[in-house]
Amino acid sequence: MAYADVDTGSHHAPQTFITKYIWSQDHKVIAVQYASTAILVGLVGLALSNLMRLQIGFPGAFAFINAERYYQFVTMHGMIMVIYLLTALFLGGFGNYLIPLMVGARDMVFPYMNMLSFWVYLLSVVVLMASFFVPGGPTGAGWTLYPPAAILPGSPGFEWGIILMLVSLLIFIVATTMGGLNYVTTVLQARCEGMTLLRMPLAVWGIFVATILALLAFPALFVSGVMMLLDKTLHTSFFMPAVVSLGQVTNYKGGSPLLFQHLFWFFGHPEVYIVALPAFGIVSDLISVHARKAIFGYRTMVWAIVVIGGLSFVVWAHHMFVSGMNPWFGFFFATSTLIIAVPTAIKVYNWVLTLWRGDIHLTVPMLFTLAFLLTFLSGGLTGLFLGNVSVDIPLSGTYFVVAHFHMVMGVAPLLVVFGGIYHWFPKVTGRMLDDRLGQFHFWVTFIGTYLIYFPMHYLGVLGMPRRYYNYEHYQFIPASAHTLNAFITVVALTVGAAQLVYVYNLVWSTFRGRQADANPWRAASLEWATPNTPPVHGNWGSRLPVVYRWAYAYSVPGAPQDFIAQDAPPEAGGQEPEPYARPREAPA
Amino acid sequence: MNAATGVMPRATGRAAASRALDTGLWVFIAVASTLFGLFLTAYVMRMDSADWSTIALPPQLWLSSGLLLAGSVLLQRASAAARAARWPVAQTLLLVGGACAMAFIGVQLWAWQSLLAARVMLASNPAASFFYVLTALHGLHVLGGLIAWAATMPMVSQPSDDPAGVAQRVALCARYWHFLLAVWAVLFAVLGWLTPDVVRFICGKG
Repeated sequence: MAYADVDTGSHHAPQTFITKYIWSQDHKVIAVQYASTAILVGLVGLALSNLMRLQIGFPGAFAFINAERYYQFVTMHGMIMVIYLLTALFLGGFGNYLIPLMVGARDMVFPYMNMLSFWVYLLSVVVLMASFFVPGGPTGAGWTLYPPAAILPGSPGFEWGIILMLVSLLIFIVATTMGGLNYVTTVLQARCEGMTLLRMPLAVWGIFVATILALLAFPALFVSGVMMLLDKTLHTSFFMPAVVSLGQVTNYKGGSPLLFQHLFWFFGHPEVYIVALPAFGIVSDLISVHARKAIFGYRTMVWAIVVIGGLSFVVWAHHMFVSGMNPWFGFFFATSTLIIAVPTAIKVYNWVLTLWRGDIHLTVPMLFTLAFLLTFLSGGLTGLFLGNVSVDIPLSGTYFVVAHFHMVMGVAPLLVVFGGIYHWFPKVTGRMLDDRLGQFHFWVTFIGTYLIYFPMHYLGVLGMPRRYYNYEHYQFIPASAHTLNAFITVVALTVGAAQLVYVYNLVWSTFRGRQADANPWRAASLEWATPNTPPVHGNWGSRLPVVYRWAYAYSVPGAPQDFIAQDAPPEAGGQEPEPYARPREAPA
Repeated sequence: MNAATGVMPRATGRAAASRALDTGLWVFIAVASTLFGLFLTAYVMRMDSADWSTIALPPQLWLSSGLLLAGSVLLQRASAAARAARWPVAQTLLLVGGACAMAFIGVQLWAWQSLLAARVMLASNPAASFFYVLTALHGLHVLGGLIAWAATMPMVSQPSDDPAGVAQRVALCARYWHFLLAVWAVLFAVLGWLTPDVVRFICGKG
């Protein structure tokens, strides 16, 4: 059972600058700290991708991008974007800000641990960034860090870079676990009165289930990280087979690189959904608010999130089809992969049905939301191709895969990040983001990403291999592919520049943006009902809210407005379609 | 039941905080179980290789197991004493239970020392590598418990502020100790008695 008011002994408002903004235990400040750090490190990842594109588009034109550096850029870009940007931003940023406000809590249940979570995350980022400055530079082993190559001479950064990467990941996992304990316990135990689990907004459901996935999947990365670190530093042979490296016999013997792959992908595939599920939840809320319509099939959406989360743990080996496996295992993992399309498709249908005959407002958050639907659909459909063993094997080493995973777990979740930030920025800062800059940012990003990734599908089908530093002098790659690569690079640089406009908008609007009223989107969910905007410490003043309905009471017939807030009195109507059992009438 | 919201009213204040601690510990136990479970899965998968050779476990492990078992029993009794408001008894039992955990770590280090004296090094064979890694990780797990235990001890000496809350803290310590014991029992059994032959038999290869 949940409860209304947690006495953590820490709800006295902080008085000094340091306790208010630096060593803050307030979930809102921690959310901003997480988000700011993630966005900054994400800009590094973006710059690295542009450097990679410069080499592919204009090979040899930039002398400082040699093969070693290219692979270092690839590796750091991948790891930064997946772990340090998207995971941190969705769970640490959105999770921290939204969970307590959306469930009607004063804060996370363990505020001190929440504060530690951010600082440990920051430490992991510092350790990761330090690898740019150590001898040999960061690791260039690819974001999967497969042994034996990752720790042997021949891979860039095999001396210090790989060690710092592994240490950074281990620290990150500690941070994520501390945060995750908070998010799960807060959802289970700190909801306000009336906020049943099946009245929670889908954004909270998505973050909640993604956090459970993170708590159960990151240990696999922890295990593989610890064992690989010992293989590297103390010469154990967990993953390292007997191997001759650059003509030298090593002391390794008998280790299993395949064991690493299993552990890595047991983490790696749920990681896709650690990023995707919060995006699914946030998109559901954004569609409902900006189409002024109740989400279609709320309970089905909740179950779809839960089922997708469960299935995500039994599909990992589809990343290893080319590593070879018993054909029955291939059959099992292909089947489980395709089955996951069912609850995912249900979600897409429900989003589309929510839009159907809705009062769609093409605000900037809604534009990003609609763009997500299209992008996730196209990225997801190519996933159906790759889920089949016989199609995956010829395509897995090509740009088709690069296009697929960037569309489905790069661009799509980032569109939701942007949509979510445009949507909740007024609550966080009390000001609106500039709309014209937002429209510019959206159209350049949306059209740009399609111009980048759609041609990559074609290049992949053409047979253009991924992971190559230089594509010149291969007879099977025609001249037109080089022209296309140059075109993609120009677009990628343009999209990259557009993100700087977005960052400018964030900074400028924080201080100079138009003042926002308390509920500028006329949303029904609880976070818009705080007595102050931005909410002050403790969120709710002297009395916690009481909830009487779900978060999707839009365009209710007969209601004076086109939404009914979750905490409006019960006589306002707008209850969920399948309300909880009411107490029986007393016999007359 | 609240007629307006349609749901049961919620606990508040200290009762609510105590529920949060209770749930938080269960979630942590789930995470730690996953971590050790994955390590053991890796152990079993790595065992099925030609270079595997079983190591003889040092006899000190029986002593350390006894200490952990004693700690678990003592903390359970401390929890019962705290619930009955017999605070001096609870304090003594809690103190001795924590001391058992500290002694456990000491005996584990002694076991390491005897293995090293027998020239069983971390990198000498995979069974030894797993032994050192798993016992080190479990040792860290025990140290984590001792931090919580150290935070609880002063509360038990002055329980009058919130006796129910303090009793609950002691109960949570006891639960953590039981979990430490359960994890160690599984580790000890797997490290000591699971052999490649058993694994092959289970996997249908034997």
